[in-house]
Amino acid sequence: MSARYNGTELMICLASRTMVDRTTAFIGTGVPMLAASLAQRMHAPNLMPVFEFGGTGAILEKLPLAVGDMRTYNKGLYASGICDIMETSQRGFIEYGFLGGAQIDPYGNLNSTVIGPQPKPKVRLPGSGGANDVGSSCWQTIIIMRQSARSFVEKVDFITTPGYLSGPGARERAGLPANTGPYMVVTDLCTLDFDAQSKRMRLKALNPGIEQQQVIESTGFELLLPDKVGRNEPPTDEELRILREEVDKDKLYI
Amino acid sequence: MSEKMMKVIEEGIGKMIQPFDLDEFRAFNRSKDKALVDKRMTEAEAVTRFLKDGDYIGIELYGTVRCPMSLSREIIRQGYKNLRSVGQGVYETEMMLAAGCLRELDWTYIGLEVYGVSPNARRAVESGYAHTVTEWSNAAIAWRFKAAAMGIPFIPVRSMLGTDTLKYSSAKVVECPFTGKPVCLLPALVVDVGFIHVNRADKHGNCQIDGIAGFAREMAGASKRLIISTEEIVDTDEIRRAPDRTIIPYYQVDAVVHAPFGSHPGEMSGLYERDEEHIKQYYEDAKDAEKSQAYLKKYVYDLKDHREYLDLIGRDRLQGLRIRKEG
Repeated sequence: MSARYNGTELMICLASRTMVDRTTAFIGTGVPMLAASLAQRMHAPNLMPVFEFGGTGAILEKLPLAVGDMRTYNKGLYASGICDIMETSQRGFIEYGFLGGAQIDPYGNLNSTVIGPQPKPKVRLPGSGGANDVGSSCWQTIIIMRQSARSFVEKVDFITTPGYLSGPGARERAGLPANTGPYMVVTDLCTLDFDAQSKRMRLKALNPGIEQQQVIESTGFELLLPDKVGRNEPPTDEELRILREEVDKDKLYI
Repeated sequence: MSEKMMKVIEEGIGKMIQPFDLDEFRAFNRSKDKALVDKRMTEAEAVTRFLKDGDYIGIELYGTVRCPMSLSREIIRQGYKNLRSVGQGVYETEMMLAAGCLRELDWTYIGLEVYGVSPNARRAVESGYAHTVTEWSNAAIAWRFKAAAMGIPFIPVRSMLGTDTLKYSSAKVVECPFTGKPVCLLPALVVDVGFIHVNRADKHGNCQIDGIAGFAREMAGASKRLIISTEEIVDTDEIRRAPDRTIIPYYQVDAVVHAPFGSHPGEMSGLYERDEEHIKQYYEDAKDAEKSQAYLKKYVYDLKDHREYLDLIGRDRLQGLRIRKEG
C-alpha cells in the first residue's frame, strides 16, 4: 500500500471509475456514496443518485449518514418513498447498484444475514435491508468488499442477496428479471468480473503493488484467471484531491 | 372444462408471525369513528390506551430519521415484554431489543448503519430471547404493508427469488398464471398498532410530512390502530389550504401526540439535524450489555415523560441542532 493513499481511498476511486455518465445508480451509505459523489465531480456529472427510501437526484454536497436522511434529497429532483423507488427499479430504470456483505461465493451470492444456521445463528448480522431488492432488480451490481479467504468462500452460510445463484440461467429460472446480475467486484486487492459462460468470478486486474498469488491466497474458492491480467491505475492526484477536499471534506469516512 | 390451478413452486419456511383476515380488517376499519374529533393526548395515554402486550407493532420511518422516538421510549418505559414487530430499524429497535420488549420479528434490517452491526440485536437473537425471526427484504416489508393498505391478500413481486431470504420468509413462489414464469407472492401485513412521526398534524390526525415519505402511506393504511407523534399541531384550516399535502388522513389515526424534537437523537427534515454525539455514545454503550441498561435507565426508566427527556438533553443542545434557514 502506498503512503499517498489508503485502502479505502483506493476502493472508492476504483468503484467510482466503474460508473458511467447519464445513468442511474442505487446508492447505499459508505463507500458507494463517496464513489458516486467522486464520479459526479470527475467523469459522470449526469450520474443520477437514487436512495432506497425515496431520494432521487440529490446534489451530494454533504455526505448522507443514512439512506433515508435529508442529504439523500438535498436540492434533489424527487422525494418519494421506498415503494416508489423499488418499483422504479423493478420496472428497469436503475442501472447500477452497490452491494457488500460478510461473505461472497464464486457466483457473487452475498450473505449479510447470519454466520451459522438461521434459526440459531453464531453471529446475527443486520439482514438484507434493501440489498436483496437491489441485487434482484438493478441491471448491474457492483460489489465492494475487503478480500480474504474467510469472506470469499465456496459456499456462503446464507444467500441474502442473489448473485448468479447456482450458475448460468439460474436467475431467470428463479424468476428474477432477465439479463441482470453482478458485473464487478472491487476489493482492496483487485477488481474481478464474472465469466460470461460459467458466471463464476474471474480476476480482472490487480491493484497497485499486489501480486496475483496474494489474490489467489486471499480467495477461498478456485478463482478463474484470464489469459491476461490487467493492472489498475492508482488514484490520481486529482481524484485524491477531490475526494479529500470536496467529497469527504468533513472526514466522515476517510 | 379444464381447471387451471396456480402452481406453488416454493414455500418459505419462516413463521407467519402476523396472520391476517382481510374481512376482519375491513370490519375493524368500518367500526372506526369517522368524525373529526380531538385526538390529542400524551405518549403515556396513547400507548396505554391502544397497545397491549402481544401486539404486532410497526414504526416509521426508522432510527435516525423522522422516528417516533418519544413513543418508542414510552413503549419501553411501560415494560412490554412480548411484542411482535417489523424489524426494520436502527436506534428504536435496538433499544427495544435491549429492553427485552420484542420476542418475534419480521426482520429486514436491524443494524447501526455506518457504525455497523447492532450489539443488542446480536444478544437478543444469539441468546434465543428473540426466539422467532422471519426474513424479508426492505421492499418486501413495504410491499406487504402496501398489500394490506390495498385490502388485498398478497402482492406479486420480483424480489427475494432464488435466495435464503425467501426460504426463511413466509412468502411463496408460484407460477404466474399469465406468463408461466415464477413470481414471489408476499402476504399482506396488517399491523395492530403503528407509530409514525410527522412534521405537522391537526388535532384530528391529518398529517403532513416534509421530505421523503418513507413507507408512511403504506404502513398507515396497514395499521388497525395508528399513533401519530408530531413536531407541530396546526389548525385544520392549514390542512384544508393544501389537502394535497396530507400524507395520512385523520380517519386512519387514533392518537395525536405533540412531541417537539420527537425524533431526537435522530433528525427531522427541515427542522433539526441528528445528534451525532449522542448517537455515537449510544452505540458505544450498546456494545456492553450493562452500559446499555444504564443508558435505558438514564434516558428512559428514570424519566417520567418526553418533557423530562428534553430537559435532560438540554435546551441549548437542542437549539444547536436546529437547521438555520438559508438567506
